[in-house]
Amino acid sequence: MSGRTRTILFLISAAGLAAVFAWGLRNLPPMGDYRGPYGYVLTRVAVYERHATDTVNAINYDYRGFDTLGEEFILFASVLGVLLLFRPGGREDKSKKRVQLEDALPVSDTLRVGMQAMAATMIVFGVYIAVHGQLTPGGGFQGGVILATVPLVVYLSGNVKTFEAIVSNPLTTLAECGGAGGYGIIGLLALLGGAHFLTNFVPLGKTGDVFSSGTIAVISVTVGIEVAGGFLVLMQSYLREIIEERLQEGR
Amino acid sequence: MILNYLAYGVAAWVFLWGLYGIVTSKNLVHQVVCLAILQTSTYVLLLAIGFKVGGTAPIFADIPVGAPVVDPLVQALMLTDVVVEGTVMALLLSMVVKANEVAGTVDPEELRIMMG
Repeated sequence: MSGRTRTILFLISAAGLAAVFAWGLRNLPPMGDYRGPYGYVLTRVAVYERHATDTVNAINYDYRGFDTLGEEFILFASVLGVLLLFRPGGREDKSKKRVQLEDALPVSDTLRVGMQAMAATMIVFGVYIAVHGQLTPGGGFQGGVILATVPLVVYLSGNVKTFEAIVSNPLTTLAECGGAGGYGIIGLLALLGGAHFLTNFVPLGKTGDVFSSGTIAVISVTVGIEVAGGFLVLMQSYLREIIEERLQEGR
Repeated sequence: MILNYLAYGVAAWVFLWGLYGIVTSKNLVHQVVCLAILQTSTYVLLLAIGFKVGGTAPIFADIPVGAPVVDPLVQALMLTDVVVEGTVMALLLSMVVKANEVAGTVDPEELRIMMG
């Protein structure tokens, strides 16, 4: 099919889709007129039932915990997929030497010192966001992503070797697998007490404390570890791929 | 009247442009980015559905329980996806790298190897 035919075909079907969409809008309530029962109920019971002031995370790691487990395994599976596609030894050259990554040209002192201060701040901020998910906006997913961007800041400050050391550390794989497994294990632990899978069995604590809301806080931290580990493993695979590519090109 | 449905329109608009990009793309990397754009339309749609006039964020750290808030459920659906989408894009881009390695091109038109 030529590009032109395809575009024309697309425009016709897009017009059809837009028409169906507009038709579907007719009976929707206008924006701002929220009528769903679940959000209404959850915002009223979550604080009393789970001692978590952030309703979004109470839903994510408790009321809808089983679903989030599935989402987390989508993340896990995509990281595995990248690892599989970028597996080493897939190419013919077996006799390749270990490449030595050179630090980039020295960047200005201002940039270097600024980036180092920023990296330290970001680590603290990422951990803070991950452990306060049950109280304020944040949680494991967000904290994990912040933590995973720290090595990139190191990279930008010109410390390529440090960047490689961080992302190639075996601990990243451990964090990725341990985080994903930890979620499931917390769910299974509830079964030991005769409760349902992912029941909130940890003492709920006092509303507003860091150590409150039971399994919500614990799962949030495991998710943070998994997300940070997952992104680091991704960076490592891409970095290794680039190195192999350079070797192939004989540079 | 128009304003009441504007957000839904924006969702459809972003969705269709993302789709247009995927259909007409000449580069697989560009195509992956278009898919990401297409997916963001679901965020607009979900947030629009959960929005409530006068509602604030569903965080009860500094407001009393029972205060008008927007729907936390759609936000919970979204926030996991924002992160998961990042890794899914990494997977797609790694496929692009491999396609380039095998076929020597990232133009979907020239990827004869993909034709059935």
